Amino acid sequence: MSAVVDSHGHPADEHGQHDQHGAHHGPYGGIMRWITTTNHKDIGTMYLWFSFMMFLVGGTMALVIRAELFQPGMQLVDPDFFNQMNTMHGLIMVFGAIMPAFVGFANWQIPMMIGAPDMAFARLNNWSFWLLPFAASLLVISFFTPGGAPGVGWTLYAPLTVQMGIGMDLTIFAVHLLGMSSILGSINIITTILNMRAPSMGLMRMPLFVWTWLITAYLLLATMPVLAGAVTMTLTDRHFGTTFFNAVGGGDPVLYQHLFWFFGHPEVYIIALPAFGVVSTVIPAFSRKPLFGYTSMVYATFGIAFLSFIVWAHHMYTVGMPVEGQLFFMYATTLIAVPTGVKVFNWVATMWKGSLTFETPMLFAIGFLFLFTLGGFTGLVLSMVPIDIQLHDTYYVVAHFHYVMVAGALFAAFAGVYFWLPKWTGRMYDERLGQIHFWLTMIFFNVTFFVQHFLGLAGMPRRIPDYPLMFETWNRISSIGAFGFGVSQLLFLYIILKAIRHGEKAPRKPWEGAVTLDWTRLPTPAPYHSFETPPVL
Amino acid sequence: MASKPARSIATWAAVFLGLTFSGLAPALEWNLQPAGSKLAADIHDLHEYVMILSTAIFVGVFGFMFWACYAHRKSKGHKAEQFHENTTVEMLWTVIPALILIGIAWPATRVVVAQKDTSNPALTIKVTGYQWKWGYDYLKGEGEGISFISTLATPREQIENRAPKGENYLLEVDNELVIPIGKKVRILTTAADVIHSWWMPAFGAKQDAIPGFIRDLWLRPEKTGTFRSQCVELCGKEHGFMPIVVRVVTQDEYSKWVGEKKKALAAAADDPNREYNIDELRQRGERVYAANCVACHQPTGKGAPPAFPPLDGSAVVLGPQERQIKLVLNGKPDTAMQAFGTQLNDVELAAVITFTRNNWSNRTGQVIQPSDVKALR
Repeated sequence: MSAVVDSHGHPADEHGQHDQHGAHHGPYGGIMRWITTTNHKDIGTMYLWFSFMMFLVGGTMALVIRAELFQPGMQLVDPDFFNQMNTMHGLIMVFGAIMPAFVGFANWQIPMMIGAPDMAFARLNNWSFWLLPFAASLLVISFFTPGGAPGVGWTLYAPLTVQMGIGMDLTIFAVHLLGMSSILGSINIITTILNMRAPSMGLMRMPLFVWTWLITAYLLLATMPVLAGAVTMTLTDRHFGTTFFNAVGGGDPVLYQHLFWFFGHPEVYIIALPAFGVVSTVIPAFSRKPLFGYTSMVYATFGIAFLSFIVWAHHMYTVGMPVEGQLFFMYATTLIAVPTGVKVFNWVATMWKGSLTFETPMLFAIGFLFLFTLGGFTGLVLSMVPIDIQLHDTYYVVAHFHYVMVAGALFAAFAGVYFWLPKWTGRMYDERLGQIHFWLTMIFFNVTFFVQHFLGLAGMPRRIPDYPLMFETWNRISSIGAFGFGVSQLLFLYIILKAIRHGEKAPRKPWEGAVTLDWTRLPTPAPYHSFETPPVL
Repeated sequence: MASKPARSIATWAAVFLGLTFSGLAPALEWNLQPAGSKLAADIHDLHEYVMILSTAIFVGVFGFMFWACYAHRKSKGHKAEQFHENTTVEMLWTVIPALILIGIAWPATRVVVAQKDTSNPALTIKVTGYQWKWGYDYLKGEGEGISFISTLATPREQIENRAPKGENYLLEVDNELVIPIGKKVRILTTAADVIHSWWMPAFGAKQDAIPGFIRDLWLRPEKTGTFRSQCVELCGKEHGFMPIVVRVVTQDEYSKWVGEKKKALAAAADDPNREYNIDELRQRGERVYAANCVACHQPTGKGAPPAFPPLDGSAVVLGPQERQIKLVLNGKPDTAMQAFGTQLNDVELAAVITFTRNNWSNRTGQVIQPSDVKALR
């Protein structure tokens, strides 16, 4: 890897000439810049915009769902389309919005945080991104095929998948492409982190964001092939006469669930760990105090990653496992509370006796901490087999994972965008509007999802297009909250565009407590090529 | 003038709130349904215990955080201390949660073991999930041999908002599962097509129904009355429309019900050897169609292609009768078209096939007799 560093390590004068033709972008301008770019910053930007577009698409689908559920009876869509909305909302949000958002952060931040000039495999990086629009197109095109998009839920459980139309096949291919993109991205991230750190940056001196991404990338490498295998088995069951998931030929539908959740549970941490990384960067910065327990945070991340591989069947307590199986998965699942607790305690201890200010990134980080922990506790409730048997496949589960995925991952992503926007664009966002965005998001999120706990406890199954009368009130409140939440995100778009176009010029280090290399060793905005010679720590 | 926007905001808020709460006739449901058995009561206790512990920890942890947010603000002039890492504190906050978890896992384990013990039932009933209804077969114990299908009884007019919704909207069926109070009932679950899930929250009983496999659960009701729930595993288009209703009765009532049900089943048994005329078959067929076919093929017979093909003008329906009879008997693999041969008798099958061949624009004038169906079984 030293070759890469060396090739950019020109003497200063030569370096100056080099900058003249590529100071702000690569050799092409216009659209070709984005298609051909191998620059980690360009690619990071594309990931982030792509993910935001997908967030709006998936969010619109969520609003269709909530509009139909506003009152009992079928009003707007038919049950089939409702199921399609459910499926695509889940797939697009997980694979199209949240995951690419954090890969976007990884692209922008990892090289700048470890003192590297770019990602290790720059062309591969371009391809990792450009697989995504094709995958997303396949998902969208599936709506226009005979039979529409698959209406099976994002978990794509067999054997319902066998009954679907050609949209199912397009979805399977989309999952293949998304998986490829993730695997290539992970290889790139691992190689970059392990080989391209500034010479004196030992592993235990890396920023926590880099640590969480290193571990996340390994999780992706380990689980994405399993998902690809499971959906490929679905494909051959559909078209080539195999019976992996069909008892008639000696298969077992539950095998699919084991495979899916062997991917699916680590996936939760694939999404959550980079979020932890962002929050671990933001909270110390606005507390003006170092992270309380850096070492234990790293170990806790390892602990969570390891446990994530041995808890998958807690998504399947009701398939009829033997009692020993249920007990094993229950004990293993509750154990996750220990390293997660260590993290939460560490964040709170970091804030303790700091010198706190509450700019928008910090507000979102605190919102994350508060609501993610709430989601963690409902996770503890669900880890208990007998309680889960009551709550499995009800709205309680829907509420739980939205606390973890939206209040967890999405809030952390917002914190990250507000935190690094000055570094990326050289301009400040409107602080007042940012805070309004936070409070609207916070309030409407809870209006939407807190009441869903009650719905689940009272017995409302998830994924139903119509419901008994006793669930009406909470559903109305939830739907109103969802529309409020959706509209609030347009404000986010406005804030970002306003900052990019007319934002105040950002000072070199707008956040007093920021300590990572991107803030301490680089100008703001970050130049197109940074750290062409590795910094000395 | 300045108050105008304020007033309009207030108006809109009032409209919103009015809309929200206009349906607030029933009490707000916010906890688990009342327990109808000891197992369910144990689960409620466990849930309450975990919730109390969680709430206490949550309040404690965030008490610290919000105190920091209040007291350690820069705007109040608080200077950041630079401490970090403290082995004692870090050991404590690892070990104490682990101990608390043991305190939770222990009572949970007792309930898990009890919940899995399906031995020595007084009554064994097989539940079969179909797209989109439930089949019940009393296999062992009093009532052995009783077998029926249980389908949504809510009229489509209510679902499509053409009629006011009844009290048990979407939670009512034509045939309820009837069981006696105080007896251990073992339920075997399976499915004919895709995965369904049978749930009766009042008894803490939920088990997926998996095609090709048999799983089991048990319940011992301690309250009489009617208990309602729904399928909880996404099973296709009509997933939200396959309720589960259990009526728990006293032992005497149960014995009486068994006698009556057996008599009724015997009386209703169709005579497959008789010749039926076209009007008899069409009338009967219309009822069978409404109970079994209408969800996919629609009242208009137009279906919802391509997943659910039309019957009106269909080449299969208008073509040779053997082909249609075989299709209805054996289903079409990998689609929602089930093998109705296992669910309907020859008279019902003959009736519904005759109905489809002589309804909408289909005018074959053909009459399919039960004997025609029997010949192709």
